[in-house]
Order: sequence, then structure tokens, then C-alpha cells
Amino acid sequence: MLSVENFSVTFTMYDRGLVQKQLTVITDLDLEVRAGEVVAVVGSSGSGKSLLAHAVLGILPANAETSGRILFQGEPLSAARCQALRGRAIALIPQSIGYLDPLMTVGAQVCRVGQLNGLAKPAAKLVMLETFKRYNLASEVQHLYPFQLSGGMARRVLVAMAVVGQAELVIADEPTPGLHPDVVTETLNHLRELASEGKGVMLITHDIEAALQIADRVAVFYAGTTVEIAAASDFANGKLRHPYTQALWRALPQHDFIPVAGD
Amino acid sequence: MQLKRLAQFTVRKLIRLVLLLIAVSLFSFVLVSLSPVDPINAYVGAEMLQIGPEQRQLIAERWGLDQPMITRFWLWLQQLGSGNLGTSMIFNQPVGTVIANRFQVSLQMLAIAWLLSGLLGLGLGVLAGAYEGRWIDRTIRFYAYILASSPTFWMALLLLIIFSVTLKLTPICCAAPPGVLATDVTLGQRIHHLILPAVTLSIIGVASIALHTRQKLIEVLNSDYVLFARAQGETLWGIIRHHGLRNILLPAITLQFASLSELFGGAVLAEQVFAYPGLGEATVQAALRSDVPLLVGIVFFSALFVYIGNTIADLTYQIIDPRIRIGGL
Amino acid sequence: MTAQAVTPTAVSKRARLWNRRQRTLAAIGACALLLITLVFGSWLIGDAGLNPVLTQRNQPPSLAHPFGTDWLGRDMLSRSLHGMSLSIQVGLLAASFSAVIGTGLGMIAGSFGGKIDAVITWIVDVFFSLPHLVLLIMIAFALGGGTKGVIVAVALTHWTNLARIVRAEVLQINSSNYVQLSHRLGHSPFWIAYHHMLPHVFPQVLVGLILLFPHAILHEAALSFIGIGLSPHTPAIGIILAEAMRHLSTGYWWLGVLPGLLLLLAVKAFDSLGENLRVLIDPKTSQL
Repeated sequence: MLSVENFSVTFTMYDRGLVQKQLTVITDLDLEVRAGEVVAVVGSSGSGKSLLAHAVLGILPANAETSGRILFQGEPLSAARCQALRGRAIALIPQSIGYLDPLMTVGAQVCRVGQLNGLAKPAAKLVMLETFKRYNLASEVQHLYPFQLSGGMARRVLVAMAVVGQAELVIADEPTPGLHPDVVTETLNHLRELASEGKGVMLITHDIEAALQIADRVAVFYAGTTVEIAAASDFANGKLRHPYTQALWRALPQHDFIPVAGD
Repeated sequence: MQLKRLAQFTVRKLIRLVLLLIAVSLFSFVLVSLSPVDPINAYVGAEMLQIGPEQRQLIAERWGLDQPMITRFWLWLQQLGSGNLGTSMIFNQPVGTVIANRFQVSLQMLAIAWLLSGLLGLGLGVLAGAYEGRWIDRTIRFYAYILASSPTFWMALLLLIIFSVTLKLTPICCAAPPGVLATDVTLGQRIHHLILPAVTLSIIGVASIALHTRQKLIEVLNSDYVLFARAQGETLWGIIRHHGLRNILLPAITLQFASLSELFGGAVLAEQVFAYPGLGEATVQAALRSDVPLLVGIVFFSALFVYIGNTIADLTYQIIDPRIRIGGL
Repeated sequence: MTAQAVTPTAVSKRARLWNRRQRTLAAIGACALLLITLVFGSWLIGDAGLNPVLTQRNQPPSLAHPFGTDWLGRDMLSRSLHGMSLSIQVGLLAASFSAVIGTGLGMIAGSFGGKIDAVITWIVDVFFSLPHLVLLIMIAFALGGGTKGVIVAVALTHWTNLARIVRAEVLQINSSNYVQLSHRLGHSPFWIAYHHMLPHVFPQVLVGLILLFPHAILHEAALSFIGIGLSPHTPAIGIILAEAMRHLSTGYWWLGVLPGLLLLLAVKAFDSLGENLRVLIDPKTSQL
């Protein structure tokens, strides 16, 4: 469904004294997401994983340059195609409710997604209510503002927003930061569910444990590229090849609890 | 719950208002008592040489000028309590009446200038913010940069030279054609006379609101929620329509209400240039001809005017922003 | 962002020619030079052109008289320069007084806190709730107008912003860890004020002072223009513009337009000087 080949992102930035500097954040990255599977991209915080999501959605900042190829359903994802597909065939689940308009009710924002997917306003509203029901959200939630949502509700709303449209690829960018374990599990199950419906899910996270819970495959992101793409089962079987992956595995509390050097 | 908060808000605002008005009246009276200007001389003016001491005494008594300052302050405060601001010396009318009449004349001009600068400023600010860094943004910023500190009275002179003297499109002075009775002035004539002063004030007023809106929109466009909206497939103008306006309107409205103070000051200068007989012109007259009751009355009125503006600004936040309205943050 | 298409290459080309800091310094230099010329220029010209030459009345701008001449045949350029110089001097004096008041009250409010702070903050609020110009007129009127009236009026009305800034700065520094630590280390309040406050507050005051100048000059001109400021016999820029207004309908546009332009230039120069200094001093922007 989605394949990223040899992909790089470079930023042009100002260095001290106005010398311009090229900062390559993603280098020669390869990744594939197939329909019906969850692929986790795991890496430490601040390593530029989110940029991968932004690149696929075509919303990188203006000073970013990309090279390599991104294919979506076999065809290159050009800027125009990206513009046409984002929000429709490709949906994003953001990190937190900080990504919702603070002055707009949740319902209006979910409706807006429906409208952007070509639905008329009444139809969008119906779909919204259905989706709310599916995710166990009371219909009153639509009248709430983002700041009124509890952590668990916020998660469900954000997932619901990705589902209102007919997205085939869902990119969840760090969807479980600092949440209660129950909420984490619930959110992850929602993602797994989406994959079972035949959608492709890309889960970007720093939490390898969460990733292993639901991912079919795990791409380990280190120093701007995927150092290893392993089946989730390989982790437990000790079939990991790359030292960084092994280090990540050993750093988990239930294993050796050895801190990752230089993390 | 909400009613209670609103009531608290109102009480708080009223207490502040009373404190403010006391401060303003005290301040005015201290200043006036320091003033070397002899109001009797100023009132009598050129006929000074022809009147005797008895007449002087009479005039002084009539205006209450022979009393010591503290007594006068008390008298004045008492009068205020009964709704009487005193009598204007130049107009020989109660100050309240003079202010009411003059403000009515100014009000139309102020309202047009205020609306025009608000809408224009918002529009230009949105354009500049949406096209940040492009030529249209540069043009708008340059305009705002020059106008933010150009002298109002000079701008008024400039417009007068261009539109009244050279092009002869607008009248050169006043609020109505000379020789026409106030009751006979048509709406057309009135608009014809107030358009240039109003435009002067709005041209200047646009600058700050435009710059502020631009800044705010750029902030909004760089926010996380706009990034997410783009990920949902919103276009730039979709984002501005659905998220931008919603988020910049509140600060813009606040700023616009808070700008009433600037507007009032601008009106003083603009009315002076256009010889527009509004409250601003009366302010200058009162100061030039030492009409103390009128001047103090105007100071009072302007404080009230600005305070109301600021209170409405605060109130819009209370009513519109859901985070305050519901969350009580 | 699709709309933010500042192409990086275009920026870098200009940047290579002259970097940000060089541009800032150049702007500061140019503004300072212009202002010095405006203040001292009139001394160099002396009284030339100020005497009436009745054969040269109402001349439009020409090479001999770039700003034209007035109804008495006086050269408008030298009148404007003298007026501008006077206005700037009055403005500088008033703004400096104002800065002293603002810094003092801001420091006091910030350091003492409590009731003193509340009272000062309230006074600032009271000043903010009167239209600036009305306040100016009132004070100038109470002092009987004239140069003294203008200076006092401007000085008494322009300190509020600076007081707020200084107060906020002092409060912030006072609550910072290193000052708390300093107290515990037994340093005297004066030692702390000198070593920790001054380095932070001084740049703010300097920039604040310079940014006061344009307002002070504009308001001086406005007061003189409406007739409550400098006496009509002193050729301040406001007086020149008020005179021009009286000759407006005659079509002698240069009497008002050009002196006003000079005023705008001076105001903008101060503004730009202050803003550029701020860029240079503020650690957030100085490295850009």
C-alpha cells in the first residue's frame, strides 16, 4: 500500500553568522506498509520520526527538501496527489488534543473531516454520530471543547477523526504519550482493529513495548534511518540483528533494564 | 454558576470604575488648582478693561471661583452626585449638555472610523499573514509601518490638501455647509462633511490592528492544530476560514475596543484640522480658553468612554472564549 | 506551508551580501547619523533663511529653496530644520524625564511588591484609562502651556509602559533561582541590584527610552499644533504645521506637506533606531 524507498529529508537552516547549513534528518529510509498490517516505527524521542509522517502527508515545512520515492498504492506520491489524498485516503492520528482547534467544538471538528471527505453537512453529522457510537463516545461529547475532554476521551476522539473519512492508510504519530496503561491498551486495540478491517496502519512511537503489543512488523529508527525491520515475533525469539535494536530490547524493565547508551 | 460569575465580574468592574473616577476627579482638581490661568480673565477676555471689581466678584461667585480648592472639589463632587457637571464658561451651557451635543456630532465620525479601521485592519492583517513574506505582505507591512507613527494632524492636513483643496471633492471644514441651520442639514451633507475626518482616523487606526492580526494569524498558521487541519486536507483559505478567523477574532476585537483611547486622541487632532465641531474640538477650545468645568468634564467623559471600551473588551472574552466561559480558567 | 514560500535561496543570496547583524548595525548607524544631522544641522545653517525676504514670498519648492518659502519669504527648509531640532530637543528632554520616572516606579513596584506594587500598578492603570492626548492637554493646560508645560506633560504621561516593562523584568529576576541563591549566600540587596538587576534592566531601559522619543516628539508636535504647546513665536515643527493650516486654502501645499514629512522621518528614525537596538540587545534575536 505504502512504500517508502531510499527516502531522505534535508533542512536548510541558518547556522551562526548566517552561514547556511544543510541538516539531513532522514537518510535513505526504506519502509513498507501493507494493507491489513500494523507497522511500528520505533525510535527515541526527537529523532525525527514525526517528519516521516509529515512527509507522507506532504506537510513538511517549506525549508525541507526531500529525495527518494514514496509510492502509495503503486503510484508515486507527487505534491498534487498528496494534496488530493491527505485527509481522504491517508489519515493522521496526532499526538494530543493540542492538535485540535481550541475554540471549536469537537463535533464541529469531526464533522469538518467528514465534509473534507466530500460529505454534505447533514451526512457528515450522521457519520460523526455513528463513529462516536462506535468508539463509545456519548453524543454530548460533540458539544464539548477540546480542553474539556479527559485523556481517554481525547484519544477516542482523535481515533474517530481518522475513521470518519474512508482512509486506507492511518498514520498514528505517537498516539500514547504519558497515558494511563489502560488507555494505552485501549488506543492500541483501536489501531489493531483498523488493521483488521484492511487498512494499513503506521504506528510511530518511542515506546517499543506498546509497539510490540500490536505491531506485525517493527521498523527501528535510529540516526535518521531504519536500521532494522523485524517481525514483532523476532524480538522475543532473539533474532534481532542490529545492536541498537538489541539495546532497545534489553533496556525494557522486564528484560535486563540496561539504559541505551547515547539515548 | 455562570450568572454568579457575571455578577461578580460586574461588581468588580463597577468598584474599579468608581475608584478610577475618584482618582480622575482628584487628579483633575489638583492640576487645575496648580494652574496659573485665571479663569475670570479667560472668561471675560477682551472686555477685561471695561469691568469693575464688583462685576469680577459677581462672575467669580457665579462660577464658584472664589471658593478654596477643597471646597470647590467637594461642591463639584456633590454636584456630580446629582448628575451636574457644572456650567461651561465658553458655551454658557451645562457641561453635560455641551458634552452630549458635541459627542453626538463626534459619534458618527468615530463610529465610522472605528468600524472602517477594524474591518480594513482585520482584512489587511489576514492577507499579510496568509501571504507572509510575499510582496503583498511586504506592502501591507510597509504601509502599517509608516502609518503607525505618522502624525494624525499631518495626515489630516495631507488629505485636506489632496481632496478638499486640490480635487475639491470634500468640504474644507465643519460638519455642515456654512449658513445652513442645524435642523436643515441633510444626511448627504452630513456624510459629505464627516467622511474625510473619519477616513483620516481610520487610515491611522488600521496600522496597529493589521500588524497585530498578521502576527496572530502567523502564530495560528504555525500551530499544531493547523498542521493537523492540513493533514486532514484543508487548503490555506479553508484553514483561515474555519480555524484562522475563529482564533484571531477574539484578540482583534479586544484590541479594537482597547483602541478607543487612541481614537479619542486622534479625534481631538482631526477635528481641530477639519474644524469639525465635535467633542475633540471642544476639548481644545476648553483648554485654550481656560474653560475649567468643560475641560474637567471632558477628561471625566473620556475616562468613562475608554473604560467602557476596555470593559467590553474584557466582556467579549468572558462571553466568547469557551475556555473562560465554560472552564472558568 | 504553501503560503510561506520565502525561497531559502533568495534569502541566502541577500544574506551573503550583508548579514543580519551588519544590517542591524548599518540601520542603527544611519538613523543615528540622520538624527544628529537633524539636531545639529540647524546650528550649522545658523539664521540664514529665517529672515523675511519679501521678494521671495510663497515660492514653491525649487533648487534654491527645496521646501519652498512662506508668506514672508522665509526659507521653509531652514525653518523646518530649526523647528525639528527644537522639537527633538524638547522631546528628548521630556522622554528622559519620563524614563527616569518609569524606571524608578517600575523598580520600586517590582522590588517592594505588596501594597506599594498594587498602588503603582493602579496608578499605571489610571493613566492607561485616559486618552493620552486628553491627559497631555489637561497637564499642559494646568501648567499654563509653553515649553515647560509641554515638557512636564510629556514627561508625566509617557512613563507608564516603561514602568510596566521594568516592573515585570524586576519581578522575573527576583523570582529567579540565582537571585534567591544570592540572597541566601548573604549578598546585600545593593550587591544583588548592581550585579543581577542592572545588567538585565539597563538594556530594557535604554531601548525603552529610545522608543519613547518618537512618541514624545509626536505629542510635543501635536500639543504645539493645537496651540497648547510651545509659543507661536518659536518655530517648532508643530507651530509651522499649524501656520500651514491657516494658509491651506491658498494652495501652498509645500508649507504643510514637507515639514510634516521631515517630522515623520525623524519619528521613524528614532523608531527604527530603538527597534534595531532591541534586536541587537535581546538575546533571543541578537544571534539571528
